[in-house]
Amino acid sequence: MCLAVPGKIIDIRDERGTRMATIDFDGISKDICLAYLPDIEVGDYAIVHVGFAISKIDEASARETLAMFRDLGILEEELGQETAEGIEAQEGAAS
Amino acid sequence: MKYLDEFRDPELAGRLFAEIERITTRPADRPWAIMEVCGGQTHSIIRNGIDQLLPEGIELIHGPGCPVCVTPLGVIDKALEIASRPEVIFCSFGDMLRVPGSHRDLFRVRSEGGDVRVVYSPLDALDLAEDNPDRQVVFFAIGFETTAPANAMAVHQAAQRGIDNFSVLVSHVLVPPAIEAIASSPTSRVDGFLAAGHVCSVMGTNQYDPLVEEWSVPIVVTGFEPLDVLEGIRRVVAQLEEGRSELENAYPRVVSAAGNVAAQAMVEDVFEVCDRQWRGIGEIPVSGWRLSQRYREFDAEVRFDVIRIDSPESELCRSGEVLQGLIKPNQCEAFGTTCNPRNPLGATMVSSEGACAAYYQYRRLDGQAVSVG
Repeated sequence: MCLAVPGKIIDIRDERGTRMATIDFDGISKDICLAYLPDIEVGDYAIVHVGFAISKIDEASARETLAMFRDLGILEEELGQETAEGIEAQEGAAS
Repeated sequence: MKYLDEFRDPELAGRLFAEIERITTRPADRPWAIMEVCGGQTHSIIRNGIDQLLPEGIELIHGPGCPVCVTPLGVIDKALEIASRPEVIFCSFGDMLRVPGSHRDLFRVRSEGGDVRVVYSPLDALDLAEDNPDRQVVFFAIGFETTAPANAMAVHQAAQRGIDNFSVLVSHVLVPPAIEAIASSPTSRVDGFLAAGHVCSVMGTNQYDPLVEEWSVPIVVTGFEPLDVLEGIRRVVAQLEEGRSELENAYPRVVSAAGNVAAQAMVEDVFEVCDRQWRGIGEIPVSGWRLSQRYREFDAEVRFDVIRIDSPESELCRSGEVLQGLIKPNQCEAFGTTCNPRNPLGATMVSSEGACAAYYQYRRLDGQAVSVG
């Protein structure tokens, strides 16, 4: 029940003084409460839990995290290669 | 779906696994023990087989972060008593309906004529109360800090809209005191924690600084998709290997240091901190929320006079040891035999976030996966 999933805000309206929205979960739309995200706008993505948007997803941060994953291991691969080349070079010099 | 598919990418998962493998120096007989606190993460780990793909020098311990699982038997029995009353419409999240009380569950109450309904949001229960002024509508308000703002809003709006046939049975629990209880326990083997990302999206990461400082234990705030979980593990292992114990945020696209301030303000208005019983674990000081004095008129325990109900737990069920990470679900004698999802002894076998249910669903019957997916 702690499941909280990302969705895209489709429209925003006022119901009895409370900020509400329609949100799209990959084809399934739901009415949710936006009272806790007063600044979120149509087109933004939010994490939604039991009918409430609790956190806006930061697009730039998501991109950074993915870029970091893509870079993982690359530095080691390059350093590893340099080290191997260095050893070869040393061995070459010694022989 | 954006923000889901990218964080399930198998190629990037391979890079993370390789990196974790590269930095882990512990042998299989003395592994780093890392606890994922949240049941949602337990489910993701078992479903994706992450624990089986990690190096042998890492052991994942499944923590008590399933709100359904830790709701004490006495509270379930109170819910059953209230739901049996003819004037009551009893509303709950779906997970709670099969959780066994002392003698029955909410499904049984419904089959015996009780009006028990599953709602998606606590606001749905409030609307039901408004539409049924001659009935008493009771909402079962359980959950961690993630769920509390939604439940608080329902109570706040009930007061604002003058809906006096609405009340809540509250059993809210808090994550930091549970981590503290585990970190301070002499039997604990936990070297580092993955903190629950969605709890932190509400409360912020700042809450965890004192824990890291006092117990010198790495805490990494972690998301729920496979890559998120792997990144959380990678960061905990990196800290352990380098002898550091720090608070890190591995879920920054959703979690900030301060959290959701508007949600915190509502929770602070409607609830107050209290001591709380955790099923299978016992009482943890200042580990829960109850209605604040201002909203006490919405307390279903008072309205239906069930405060005195208290119930001893099953002696057969070892969910307390599972919840504390002392045993794995399939090390319990009852697992898969006298206890299964159709006939659960304890709540950890009921909720989709319960460790026992996850092990059962993904066929970890004897510690080996028979088939996954």
